[in-house]
Amino acid sequence: MKNTIASRIADFLKNYPPFNLLKKEDLLEIAKHVKVKYLEKGKMLFAEGDIGHKRFYVVNKGAISLERDNNGKRETIDKCDEGDIFGLRPLFAKENYLINAIAEEETILYAIPIKKFKPLSEKNKEVNNFLIQSFASNTRNPYSEAHKGKLISEKEPAENQYKPNNNLFELQPAPVTKKVVMTPPDTTIKAAAQLMSKKKVGSVLVVEKNIPKGIVTDEDFRDMVATGTFGIETPISKIMASPVICYPQGLTIAQAQLTMMKHHINHICITEDGTPNTKVVGILSEHDIMVSEGHNPSVLMKAIQRSSSTNELKKIRHKITLLLRGFLAANIPLNHISKIIFELNDATIKRIIERCIKKLPTPPPCDFTWISLGSQGRKEQLLQTDQDNALIFEDVPEEKLEETRAYFLELARKVNKRLNIIGYEFCPAEMMAKNPKYCLSLNEWKDQFTNWIIDPGNDEILLCSIFFDFDISYGNVNLSNSLADHIFSLTKDNRKFYAVMGATTLRNPSPLGFFRQFLLEEDGENKDFFDIKKRGITPLTDAGRLLILYHQVKNISNTSERFEKLAQLEPNNKELFLACAYASKVLLKFRTQHGLENRNSGRFIDLENLSKEEKIKLKRCFKSIRQVQELIKYRFEVTPYI
Amino acid sequence: MLNLFKKKPDNLPEFWNDYEAKFQEKLPEEITHTRFVVFDTETTGFDIKKDRMLSIGAVAIKNKSINIADGFEEYISQETFNPKTVKIHGIIQNERIETLTEEEAVKAFLNYIGNSVLVAHHAGFDIGMVNEALSRLGLPKLKNKVLDTVNLYRGTRIISNLINREKSYTLDEIAETYNIDIKDRHTAAGDAFITAIAFLTILGKLNTDGKMNLKKLFRV
Repeated sequence: MKNTIASRIADFLKNYPPFNLLKKEDLLEIAKHVKVKYLEKGKMLFAEGDIGHKRFYVVNKGAISLERDNNGKRETIDKCDEGDIFGLRPLFAKENYLINAIAEEETILYAIPIKKFKPLSEKNKEVNNFLIQSFASNTRNPYSEAHKGKLISEKEPAENQYKPNNNLFELQPAPVTKKVVMTPPDTTIKAAAQLMSKKKVGSVLVVEKNIPKGIVTDEDFRDMVATGTFGIETPISKIMASPVICYPQGLTIAQAQLTMMKHHINHICITEDGTPNTKVVGILSEHDIMVSEGHNPSVLMKAIQRSSSTNELKKIRHKITLLLRGFLAANIPLNHISKIIFELNDATIKRIIERCIKKLPTPPPCDFTWISLGSQGRKEQLLQTDQDNALIFEDVPEEKLEETRAYFLELARKVNKRLNIIGYEFCPAEMMAKNPKYCLSLNEWKDQFTNWIIDPGNDEILLCSIFFDFDISYGNVNLSNSLADHIFSLTKDNRKFYAVMGATTLRNPSPLGFFRQFLLEEDGENKDFFDIKKRGITPLTDAGRLLILYHQVKNISNTSERFEKLAQLEPNNKELFLACAYASKVLLKFRTQHGLENRNSGRFIDLENLSKEEKIKLKRCFKSIRQVQELIKYRFEVTPYI
Repeated sequence: MLNLFKKKPDNLPEFWNDYEAKFQEKLPEEITHTRFVVFDTETTGFDIKKDRMLSIGAVAIKNKSINIADGFEEYISQETFNPKTVKIHGIIQNERIETLTEEEAVKAFLNYIGNSVLVAHHAGFDIGMVNEALSRLGLPKLKNKVLDTVNLYRGTRIISNLINREKSYTLDEIAETYNIDIKDRHTAAGDAFITAIAFLTILGKLNTDGKMNLKKLFRV
C-alpha cells in the first residue's frame, strides 16, 4: 500500500526537532501511526492530575496554551505553536500531568505514539539528549527565534506572563537574532547605509569571511558622517567600532544588559567560541531584549514595522493581547487603551498590505484605499474578532476596469488570508475586500451607496451601517474622503433615509425589561446569557452613527468620540450625550475583560457571575441607551410602521 | 420483470454478505463514538457510466481524530486507458505502484468501511463511482449513510441575504477558508485527507453548543 498521507505527515515533522534527527524510514514508520487530532478553541486536551496519555503532541496548526492553576487563577506557562512539542511527561515518567493543555485557538495536533517513538529515541543519543535536556530545562523563551524548536518542560517559571515586575525575566537567555545584517570592510559608507535602510536595522556588522571585524550603528553615521568628518564614499571600516564585543551563546538577559551598560553599547555579537576570532552565529541587541519583554507599545510598533513574516506578526499579536491584559489590570483609561491597541492593529494591517504588494509581480496599477469596517473602523476592536474590510480603487478607463479589479482582488486575497492567519477570522458575511462585491472603483462605490441610500431596505441599511463606520488603513485618503462627501450629499436632509435608519437603531430595544430585569437570550446556544453586543453596544453604536450622520461630521468613527462631538454640537443634550460616551466605554471594557477571561469574543455574559456593583454599572448604561433611543424616535419621526 | 425487484441475496458472494451483516449493528448516537470514513476517488473522467476509478483513498475518523494507521489507499489497474487523466493524477498506467483489479479494490474497500458513515466532497459522484463498480460485479448499492462536505460547509455559513448560500463550494475554496495545506491535491488519499481535516473543522463550527449528535448532523 502506498502511504501518501503518512509521507505528508513525515514531511511536516522533519522540519522540527527532534524529528529532524531521525532517519527517513524511521520517521515514516512513526508517521504511519500518528493520530491527527482536532481541537476546538478553548478545548482542554489534558488537565493537571490527568493520567498521562499514550501519545505526546506536536502542533500542526493553531496554538496550545500550557497553564497551571495557581490558587484558583489560571497562569499561562507557555504557548506552543506550529512545530512545538508538548505533553512529554509520560515519555519519561509514569506520572500524571502537572499542567493543563488548552487549545488557544482552533488547533490540529499530530499525536505521536510513545510506544513507537521511545525505542527510536533510546537508540538515537542525540534525540534522547534533546528530549531530556528540553524536558529538564526551564529556560525556553518561546518568542525568541534562537530557541525555536527547543522543547519545554512542564515545570517552568511563568516568565511569559504579563507581570509588571517580572523578576525571572532577567535570568532568561537573551534572544539572539540569527539573521545578521553583514557587510565586508571595503563597502562604502553609502552602500552600508543603503543596506541598513533596506533591511530596516540600526546597525550593521562588518565581517571578513564571517569573522567579526567591527560594528557600525546609526549613531556612528550621525557622529562621523553627517558631521562631515567622512564622506559617503569612504570605506565603512573607517568609521566602524572595533574590536566587536563578543560572547558565546547562552548569555542571559541580565549578563547581556550588564555587558551593554559596561561598554556603552547596544549590540553584542555572538560567535562560535565567544571571541572575535571565530565565525558570527548571531547578534543580540538591546532592542530585541526589550521586544522579548513584550509590554512596551513603542517596541511592539517597531517590531511590527520590521516584521518580515506572517508568523512573526502572529507572535507580536499575541504580545499585544498580553499588553491589553496588562493595561486593563492596571485600570488605564479605556480611551487610551483603545487608541494604542488600534494603532498597533492598524500598523499590523498596513504592514501586511505593504508586504503583499511586494509579493505581487507588479506594483498597483493605480491608487487605491484599503478601508477597515465595523469595530476596527470604529477603533473599538480590542479583542481580535472578524475582519471586515473593503477596497476602493481609482476610476480607470472602462476597458481597464476588470483588469484593474483582478489585480486588487489578488492583492486582497493575499491580505485577507494573512489577516486570517494572524487571528482575524474571515467575515462570515464575506464582507471582505477579496469579495468582488466589495472591491470596487470609486464610481462603482458611489453608485453602490446611491442604491443603498435611495431605496433603503433592511439589507441596505445593514450594509450602510457597516460601511459608514470606515477607517482608512492604507492608501490614498482622497478616495475615501471623496466617497464620504458623496454619502453626505445623498443623506443631507433625507428624512426618509433617517427614518428608516432610525427604525433600525430602535430595533434592539433598551436591554431592561419592564421590571428592570435584564433581558436574556431566549433560545439558541447562548440561552440565558446576556448578549452585551446586541443589547448594549450595537444600539449605542447605531445611535451614534445616525446622529453624527445627521450632523454631517466626517472622519469620526469611534462611538464615544462621536458622542463627545455631539455633546459639543448640541449643548442642550450635552448631559445625555456625555452619558452615552461614558456608557459606550464601559460596555466595551466590560466586553473586553470578559473576552480575555473566557478566551472568546466576550459577547455573551453570564449574569450570575456578575457582582452587584457590576450589575448596577450596566443598568446605568442602559438608562442612557433608553434615553438616546427616545430622542431618536422623536427627532427622526420614527413610527413603528416602517 | 419481477426479478428486478426481488434480487435475492442467496447468490451474492461472501464478502458482500459479511459487509451487509455489519449493518445489523445500530450506529451510535454520539458523534464522538461514530466511525466516519472520509474518502475520495480519482477517476478517468466525470462520466459515472463510462469512466473508471483509478484509485480510492480514505481515512477513518473517530473521536475527532484521524488515525493514520486506519487508512486506505489502493490503486486500480486499468483496462481502458485514458491519457488525459495521467497529467492530473500522476498515476501512470503500469507505474511501479502495486495495483489491484477493480473487484479486489471494491472488496477491500467494503471490508474497510463496514457500516461507517461515509463522508466525501461532492459525495454523490464518488458514491456513484463505487456503486457503478459494484453493479458491474452484479452487486447492490452501498448501504452506508453518507455526508457531503459541500452541504455541511454550507451549513456553517451564516444565513444572510448578503451571501449566496446555494453556491457549490470547491475543496480548494474550503481549504482556503480553513487555511488547510493543499499538498497532494489530486491524489485520492491526499484529497481524502484534506476533506477529513475540513470535515473535522466543520464539525467544530457546527457543534458550538456541544449538543450536536449524529441525527442532527444528517439534517444540516
